[in-house]
Amino acid sequence: MYGLDGNAIAGTLFDVFGEEMTAAWAHCAHCGRISPVAEVWVYLDGPGIVARCWQCESVVMVIVDRRGVACVDLMGLASFEQASPSALA
Amino acid sequence: MERAAVRRRLTWQAGTVVDLVSETAQTRSIALELPKWAGHRSGQHVDVRLTADDDYQAQRSYSIASAPDDDHVVLTVQRLKDGEVSPFLVDELRIGDELELRGPIGGYFVWEDSLGGPLLLVAGGSGIVPFRSMLRHHRAVHSTVPVRLLCSVRSLPLMIYRDELMQVAAYDAFDVSVTLTQEQPDGWRGYRRRIDMEMLAEVAWSPSEQPLVYVCGPTPFVETAANSLVELGHAASRIRTERFGGTGA
Repeated sequence: MYGLDGNAIAGTLFDVFGEEMTAAWAHCAHCGRISPVAEVWVYLDGPGIVARCWQCESVVMVIVDRRGVACVDLMGLASFEQASPSALA
Repeated sequence: MERAAVRRRLTWQAGTVVDLVSETAQTRSIALELPKWAGHRSGQHVDVRLTADDDYQAQRSYSIASAPDDDHVVLTVQRLKDGEVSPFLVDELRIGDELELRGPIGGYFVWEDSLGGPLLLVAGGSGIVPFRSMLRHHRAVHSTVPVRLLCSVRSLPLMIYRDELMQVAAYDAFDVSVTLTQEQPDGWRGYRRRIDMEMLAEVAWSPSEQPLVYVCGPTPFVETAANSLVELGHAASRIRTERFGGTGA
């Protein structure tokens, strides 16, 4: 099956982090790729949300809803930083 | 502390359907009156939530088709075979009905005049929806950014916003190219194949002009377009992509 991208979980990420996160920089701990969250693979077909690095396909993020509480595991991210608006221009 | 003060949860709000337009046999535009809407940026989307009588809920994301400058928020929805949400939105929803949604959402796949250009927009099937918002916004603010739009669609009858895009093509700032991948009318002078590197080389700005590129469509379409553009020499950092699960390119 084909994956989606980080745009597809913008609403969930907003709920978890309290602000818009698709333009935030995700730094893959495995291969070192740094990209906007909008550009990670996202799979929604499992019991939760799985996000994988675009380049090396390592799992960078798992979000599972457990009785209304979002459990977030950023296991594959070396860093996760909000972008400044000008950084994308 | 100041930063914490602006943090908030996305809240669900009810909109009232004020207009419905059948764009193609598979797609419908839904105009909504949203009393609590705080405005949006072109390219953003909303989450729509349907609740059944037994409280079962299903939620999907839809791009906003209207410009921030338009009177109503418009969503254009394509009916997906075996879909849980889209068949209701395309076939059942009536004017006066309420629809629950939250948004606007997304800050990456957005365009506004200050980001400049030149712009290249590449749409596969219903991937045209966020670009309609951008094109309308472009005209509303009298932007001088030149725009090239490449639409890939199976056939002319399946092309969303066909009349509006033909009108847009008449403006100096816009250049619209269409490829019909499965069925072409007699005398069709546009492209008649799936998107490829040769087509993008013809339609796109030269990499030296450093265009800002947006690609939206089903995942395989976006992969082909974005990878081809990078191979043609466009900077990956200038290419923004959005993929969805639907079909139609």
